[in-house]
Amino acid sequence: MASPRIIVVGGGLAGLAAVIKIAEAGGSVDLFSIVPVKRSHSVCAQGGINAAKNLKGEGDTTDKHFDDTIYGGDFLANQTPVKAMCEAAPGIIDLLDRMGVPFNRTPEGLLDFRRFGGTLYNRTAFAGATTGQQLLYALDEQVRRHESEGKVRKFEGWEFLSAILDSKGQARGITALNLRTMELQAFPADAIILATGGIGAIFGKSTNSVVCTGSAHSAIFQQGAYYANGEFIQVHPTAIPGEDKLRLMSESARGEGGRVWVPRTSGDKRPIKQIPAADRFYFLEEWYPKYGNLVPRDVATRAIHKVVYEHHLGIDGQPMVYLDLTHIDRATLNRKLEGILEIYQKFVGDDPRDVPMKIFPGMHYTMGGLWVDNDQMTNIPGIFAAGECEYQYHGANRLGANSLLSCIFGGFRAGPNALDYASSLPAAEGDGGQAAELARQSEINARLMNNEGTENPFRLWRELGETMTRHATVIRYNKGLKEADEKIVELLDRYKQVNLSDRSQWANTSFAFARQLKNMLELSRCVVLGAKQRDESRGAHYKPDFPERNDEKFLKTTKAAFTGDVAGPRLEFEEVDTQFIKPRPRRYDAAK
Amino acid sequence: MPNKTVAFEIKRQASPDAPAIWEKFEIEWRPGMNVISAMMEIAANPVTAEGRPTTPITYDSNCLEEICGSCAMRINGRARMACSALVENLEQPIKVEPLSKFPLVRDLQVDRSVLFENLKKVKAWVPLDGTYDLGSGPRVFPQEQEVNYPLSNCISCTCCMEACPQFNDATGFVGAATLAQVKLFNNHPTGKVLKEERLRALAGDGGIQECGFAQNCVEVCPKQIPLTNAISDVGRDVLLQKAKDFLRG
Repeated sequence: MASPRIIVVGGGLAGLAAVIKIAEAGGSVDLFSIVPVKRSHSVCAQGGINAAKNLKGEGDTTDKHFDDTIYGGDFLANQTPVKAMCEAAPGIIDLLDRMGVPFNRTPEGLLDFRRFGGTLYNRTAFAGATTGQQLLYALDEQVRRHESEGKVRKFEGWEFLSAILDSKGQARGITALNLRTMELQAFPADAIILATGGIGAIFGKSTNSVVCTGSAHSAIFQQGAYYANGEFIQVHPTAIPGEDKLRLMSESARGEGGRVWVPRTSGDKRPIKQIPAADRFYFLEEWYPKYGNLVPRDVATRAIHKVVYEHHLGIDGQPMVYLDLTHIDRATLNRKLEGILEIYQKFVGDDPRDVPMKIFPGMHYTMGGLWVDNDQMTNIPGIFAAGECEYQYHGANRLGANSLLSCIFGGFRAGPNALDYASSLPAAEGDGGQAAELARQSEINARLMNNEGTENPFRLWRELGETMTRHATVIRYNKGLKEADEKIVELLDRYKQVNLSDRSQWANTSFAFARQLKNMLELSRCVVLGAKQRDESRGAHYKPDFPERNDEKFLKTTKAAFTGDVAGPRLEFEEVDTQFIKPRPRRYDAAK
Repeated sequence: MPNKTVAFEIKRQASPDAPAIWEKFEIEWRPGMNVISAMMEIAANPVTAEGRPTTPITYDSNCLEEICGSCAMRINGRARMACSALVENLEQPIKVEPLSKFPLVRDLQVDRSVLFENLKKVKAWVPLDGTYDLGSGPRVFPQEQEVNYPLSNCISCTCCMEACPQFNDATGFVGAATLAQVKLFNNHPTGKVLKEERLRALAGDGGIQECGFAQNCVEVCPKQIPLTNAISDVGRDVLLQKAKDFLRG
């Protein structure tokens, strides 16, 4: 029998990690990506990757990493996969090191580690402040090697549209759109791995890249896959506000000693450097003396909100606070943080080595995602998911520098598991559902291309982003969530009137975007309705009307199932695996 | 008072065979605006300065923070990343064109896959035995890391190739980006096992000898990669390799 054919969709860290494992095991892989894989969103990760290597003599262990991750995630993550990830982490760092990632080094030539949020240990390996870029390149190079040996075929510039499901509901391939020729094509496969990232685009502006629309996961959600914990959205405390996007300012800035503050008096007119320490409000350090500036992201984000909107201490009355590195010497800053300092300098114009940066929280990471089992398989047989597009490693809040780890670890599991699954898959009956799926997709395409309406898809998208950001990020009220869902329903209705100002059949970006937009709209309901149902506060999900965590009712995974009905997805709860660490109150003002 | 606007002239071409035309746009100014955010505005309101409806512009972009390498184009004649091209620093009308040395797809989108093919030719990777757990990697001292890390920052934007007078069909020159990657992998304690193969791949036509030392590459590189140093180092190594191969017969 020929070796099974696996399709991997998405060429970020998780997708490439899966590809490498499959190629190494002798499987054949077709790798699909909207952009050349080297340009995937993983390049944007800055600060580092966690592993309890304990190279600083602090007594760090993988158990402590496991506990920090579960505690940081407010006990919502299933513990078995998280434990396995933390145990695998030191080996993954070694592997990346062997691949040639230029990690920062100690004088002895060993890996250097720095501190990140939500832990008291130096556990984060880093390559300057462009760790994601360096990791992605290392995996990209290995995949290029396998490609040159004929084990991998790349389909860059293709967008996943849907899974092909046979009469038993098993995956038999995908349909995809060639973004240049606009041709629709079916690609058979014995198993599929989606590694399609986060959903930042449904919030309009976020720290995510343009391709992070969630369109692929939404497509299979609409084909019957569960979407889990959609309400858990990480808003990063330190982003640079911008017109086109919110640019991340890495947590490593605080890991290296950066301090967050505002003047104690609103409208303090003195030049920044003349404001004495006594007149500066280092609110994270005052409120959280144990962790200080390195509290987890949800905690820091809410604190900044409070200072700006309740204490009215935003800089110059604007929603901004200082992130200050100016007390650290330039050589250290350049060696450890240059990449992010350059971003600030290029996009804002000030040198953060001389002037404190002005930052504000911005939508950053999708903790929720496709529901998967412990083998990374969704509830659709033969469709696996890995990386940010699935839900299982971060619970209600992700710790900094755990995402690169979860992407690689998830990909390393999904690859071999997909291959195993595919090896015992009986041959498809007939065409495995291919003709029917192609017909369905080509009908959607024809309808969209010829639609005579009045709505511009880019403007509908802006409205979606504004609604989602207002009602479904840092602070949530049931009234606002209800409004947001009504708005999405309205947008879904107006989407029927969408009119493409470009109807050509060549590199038509409006067409591709309009298809993504429909999927964004459907998926955003999982976020909003999941949040509405969860009447408690846990991790990144915060409702002032329900300020406490409620384990009795809500220590549960939310699973959303698509219904196609105007009432929206059907929500179910599933028990959380808490067999190793008993849930306890989560607080960062004292040692845990 | 009318809102402040920004004037753009954008080169449009519907397909590789279609004629190229210039379209003018007047876009409302916003603080911190860059060339990509201006094109997002055009997509939301695709109308030219003359009030004529047009199509949204096709271009590559992704991260919008100058790390993915997607949005390279010619802006006021210079190859650069559009996301970090802040409007307030540019002379108007801002003229935007596709890179000229790569096959055109549509509007500002070009096909730069030649760079990825070049990286295959020079085996720009560390040849691992496998991805199973084989213990820690080789020791690397901070001084070495500080040489290698900047080379590893290359975002494959191809600005260096666009700006190079020698990068053209006649020479088949691989370009500065690929040469810098050769230096990077030849420096690596394990990567250097392929050093001779990499150097031989650069010894013939299209290789290192095509470089004319115009130094445009280092001038336009958005990541300030020391490209000319890398080219000199690799050039010396290629010569040494040629000499060795000659003496070995």
